[in-house]
Amino acid sequence: MASIWRYILAGLGLAALLVGIVAAVYLTLPQAASGPDISRSKKTANGLFVASFEPERGVVRQGELQSWLLTLKTAAGAPVEGAAITVSGGMPQHDHGLPTSPQATDYLGQGRYRIDGVKFTMSGWWQLHFGISAAAGSDSVVFNIVL
Amino acid sequence: MRRLTSVVRAVQRFTESRNRSKSLFLRNSGRKTAAHFSWNCSSLLALAALVLLGGCGEPQFSDAEKKTIASLALNTLPSLKPDTTNQYADVPAAAALGSTLFFDTGMSRDGTVSCSTCHKIDRQFQDDLPQAVGVSRTNRRTMPLAGVARNPWFFWDGRRDSVWAQALTPLENPLEQAGNRAAFAHYIKKRFGERYERIFGPLPDLSTVPASASPLGTDAEKAAWNAMPTGQQDDVNRVFANIGKAIAAFERSIEPEQTRFDRFAIDLATGAKPVGDAVFSPEEVLGLKLFIGKANCVTCHNGPRFTDNSFHNTGVPPVDGLPPDRGRVDAVAQVEADPFNCLGKFRDGDESACRELRFMVKDGPQIVRAYKTPSLRGAADRPPYMHAGQFATLGEVVAHYSKVPLAVEGVSEVHPLDLSERERAALVAFLKTLSE
Ligand code: HEC
Ligand code: HEC
Repeated sequence: MASIWRYILAGLGLAALLVGIVAAVYLTLPQAASGPDISRSKKTANGLFVASFEPERGVVRQGELQSWLLTLKTAAGAPVEGAAITVSGGMPQHDHGLPTSPQATDYLGQGRYRIDGVKFTMSGWWQLHFGISAAAGSDSVVFNIVL
Repeated sequence: MRRLTSVVRAVQRFTESRNRSKSLFLRNSGRKTAAHFSWNCSSLLALAALVLLGGCGEPQFSDAEKKTIASLALNTLPSLKPDTTNQYADVPAAAALGSTLFFDTGMSRDGTVSCSTCHKIDRQFQDDLPQAVGVSRTNRRTMPLAGVARNPWFFWDGRRDSVWAQALTPLENPLEQAGNRAAFAHYIKKRFGERYERIFGPLPDLSTVPASASPLGTDAEKAAWNAMPTGQQDDVNRVFANIGKAIAAFERSIEPEQTRFDRFAIDLATGAKPVGDAVFSPEEVLGLKLFIGKANCVTCHNGPRFTDNSFHNTGVPPVDGLPPDRGRVDAVAQVEADPFNCLGKFRDGDESACRELRFMVKDGPQIVRAYKTPSLRGAADRPPYMHAGQFATLGEVVAHYSKVPLAVEGVSEVHPLDLSERERAALVAFLKTLSE
């Protein structure tokens, strides 16, 4: 009889150990560690516009040529029409530019611009810089994308 | 031997109906393993307790490492996409004709060189030489062809943008097959007229086309070409493009094969205990960890083909005695000027297939002496290495990445790794698992 209790006690001890391990792992997990700001919607540098940047098909696939949508609103929330947009970027930690030259190819209405030719060839931290000129003036915005 | 038989299988495949469901199955099973694998991670903690008790000595990888390893396995290779720029890409008769042309030495100026002179079927479609030799010695190393139809760019510098446009280049290169397009049109009519017409429709009237003429040939060939009426030039160009499309249809059947690494990776992903040759030695495990970790190889050699399909300056030194070679930066103008490129009139389908060309990087320091990242599958069995065979062994390659001299031109993207001798040997041991 006593031996059964011994087993149960050992079992409890083990369970406690497991909880300890789980807790330790959980606490040391890189929870949204202090990486770059990866928000998909933000104010442009001088606050002229609010820009959001999303993959057109919803998902980012490494190595595929994809189109994204850049949506531009004024600070008051009105869609920005007729903007001239330049695109550049690269990987800040690798010191190299983009593997393709994405361009704003179409205006889709409601402040939405198609940015086609975006390709991320490796995992890691990418940056896309947009220069935006519209009736309200010129401004710029940087989006961080971490794959 | 295994390689030879499966290559022969690849050659035979174009005569069979294309087995899409099989590749779909492979793709789906790839997804499934990813799902299993996340389940495994949550049970890893439970396992941790067992490990503490039993001290079981399985090689352990972090979740991030496991994810990367899974992304390199061949079962994540998607099925081959249709090539809308080549309406004959999946036509078996076109692939059969293309295969004949690929091995036919009649497709050269002096009847001695074919594609297979350099792309040898039993040698992973390459020739083991530092620089290829056709009619003359060339300036670059022959590229192996496994999975070639998946590339967005062709040649070490990407100066062509489709498999079919690529195939036309060696045919007229004076160092390779040294032919000219008018002579090829006559030859096709004489030798393969019927087969050609069954696939591509009637051949044009060639009776007044000179025996030899090309815009790229000798002075005499250029003069003959310029004397031809535009309509006739178009006719010859069309036959020439179709030769490329037939050869491309054949090349689509050349695909990479499963290796020891893939068996290891699949077992790791599914949590199965590796058996037989899927077991990695501690040295191979260390090499794999370095490859995807500290040594950063996977930043460029990624995905199931171990290539990002992009161009990088990695500080590989030029070869004394060869003409200056600036890599990608000089290829941009060439692919733009190629009349057989995706935006040209010989493309089938619509222009939406041309986004790689449309959005390519055209200038900037990053493309100076940049070369295409080669696949590393099968590399251990086919020295020498790099675009002009600069290194004789994998040991030399890894030593290069360890020291990385300054690039002679442009800026190298890789930085010295200062690997120990043990680490270098481990990387080589891992690379060998991609050839077994
Ligand atoms: C004289 C040897 C030789 C002959 C003949 C030859 N090739 Fe090549 N092939 C090469 C070399 C060398 C390269 C790389 C050249 C470069 O980058 O400038 C290459 C590159 C290629 C590539 C590019 C692969 C990639 O991943 O980018 C393909 C495809 C190819 N050859 C197919 C063919 C076909 C098809 C033929 C026949 C029509 C042919 N080759 C004839 C030597 C040869
Ligand atoms: C910055 C991108 C990049 C990184 C990082 C990188 N490679 Fe490469 N690798 C290349 C390119 C580009 C070439 C071809 C260079 C040339 O021919 O000049 C190449 C060539 C090779 C080759 C020769 C293959 C052949 O067929 O010639 C091997 C082997 C290789 N790399 C292994 C590695 C290993 C191992 C690492 C990590 C230590 C590594 N690479 C890191 C881009 C990279």
